[in-house]
Amino acid sequence: MLDAPVRRSDGTSSRSGRAFRARLVAAALVLLSLGLITVYFRESTEGPLHTAQRLGASVLMPFEVAGERVARPFRDGWGYVSELVDAKSENAGLREEVKDLRQQVIRNETAAQENERLKEALAYIGGPSFPDDYQGVATSVIARPPSPYRQEVKIAAGREDGVRRNDPVVTADGLVGLVTEVTSGGAMVTLITDQDSAVSAVVLESGAPGVVRHGASEGSLVLDRVGKDALVEEGSLVVTAGWQTLRLESLYPRGIVIGTVESVGQQDVDLYKRIQVAPIVDFDSLADVIVLVRDNGKRDR
Amino acid sequence: MTAVEAVKAGLVLLLAALVQVSIAAWIEVAEGHPDVVLVVLVALALVRGPIFGAAAGFWAGIVLDTAALETFGLTSLLLTLVGYWAGRFGDVTTRASAHPPLIAVALGTLGFALGSAVIHFMLGETTSASQFFAAVLVPTLALNMLLAYPLYGLIRRVFPPAVRPRRGEVSAAV
Repeated sequence: MLDAPVRRSDGTSSRSGRAFRARLVAAALVLLSLGLITVYFRESTEGPLHTAQRLGASVLMPFEVAGERVARPFRDGWGYVSELVDAKSENAGLREEVKDLRQQVIRNETAAQENERLKEALAYIGGPSFPDDYQGVATSVIARPPSPYRQEVKIAAGREDGVRRNDPVVTADGLVGLVTEVTSGGAMVTLITDQDSAVSAVVLESGAPGVVRHGASEGSLVLDRVGKDALVEEGSLVVTAGWQTLRLESLYPRGIVIGTVESVGQQDVDLYKRIQVAPIVDFDSLADVIVLVRDNGKRDR
Repeated sequence: MTAVEAVKAGLVLLLAALVQVSIAAWIEVAEGHPDVVLVVLVALALVRGPIFGAAAGFWAGIVLDTAALETFGLTSLLLTLVGYWAGRFGDVTTRASAHPPLIAVALGTLGFALGSAVIHFMLGETTSASQFFAAVLVPTLALNMLLAYPLYGLIRRVFPPAVRPRRGEVSAAV
């Protein structure tokens, strides 16, 4: 009985020793993390940390692909069920749209033929055009980084498939984003809805130029820098501008659909119109994409 | 912490990170996603204490930053703190609290989300506060709390709790 206080005292000092050791370990790891962040920001993209990270990502890639394959049937099932709810109303709208589009196709084909004839007559030299000057590398989206601050997806095609940094990425619907990191077997695509993205664009109907950036909420877009005197109507298509100035050119080829104009507004104090754009691509259910790889002879023009 | 346990925890967190980026990131409620890695980390820290929690958090962050090609060390910094805190929480309140995993996961999620918001703000990556709270934080919190008990149970099976002396408990030599 008499030795009980002594034992309690031993237990307390052992506990405080353990707590001190825990604090020490946590502090060391926090300092190490801060060191890693500092070095990562200060070094170039070819620095040792970036290289190690890309190497690590390449090692993890097969596991991510396997995970994506396991998860895909469930994702597809969930998508099928959720889309079924809207299918009926969407069907009626699409029938109307098909009618309009049939008429539009006839007009466009006539215009395209006329355009070809006129180009030949003028010996017109154009910039790289989509899809003629690009090869498509079709690939699947294997991962989405879990961060509300970055709008990125990871794809299963990488350097070995011919994918390079700054290659544009599309789906059958329209523009998805740009390849911003490449490893041997995969690549990171920064979506056009990311806050670091900016795409030079034009309103197809009026030709009003602007820059498409991320909007206020996740997944939304705005068309910025459109002058107040430009004519922009709701429902107009917004496509990539694909400009070319001397040796500089846009990373995106001309004519890829980005979205449709959702609303147009302007205030006296603003320099530009306020244009909300609804993206044409459904970024939430992005499963397969196409990386546009410039044909070899034309890549380094 | 034995070497076997460390390797086991490393593999469990690696698996959790792969599930996170390949599967959980696609499960979206509003704009929130379940954070499997965070829940597994909190469970590990509750079972094994703050040193294990901090080390596991650091490793989980490195794996996530590598898999997602994000700024190296950023997630490690936050998860190290979450792991350490959850371990301390487990040490001091597990027996007094009725639902330790639920409370630890909820507070860990809040701490991680707010810490992440602050660091990203400092790095110039911002998001609107209302959207962050309503569309991201609340759904993520709910989803993580749904995962808390199943994953905690799983982790307890893989890492059976070590018998630790109760607070103020004296040995049997009386």
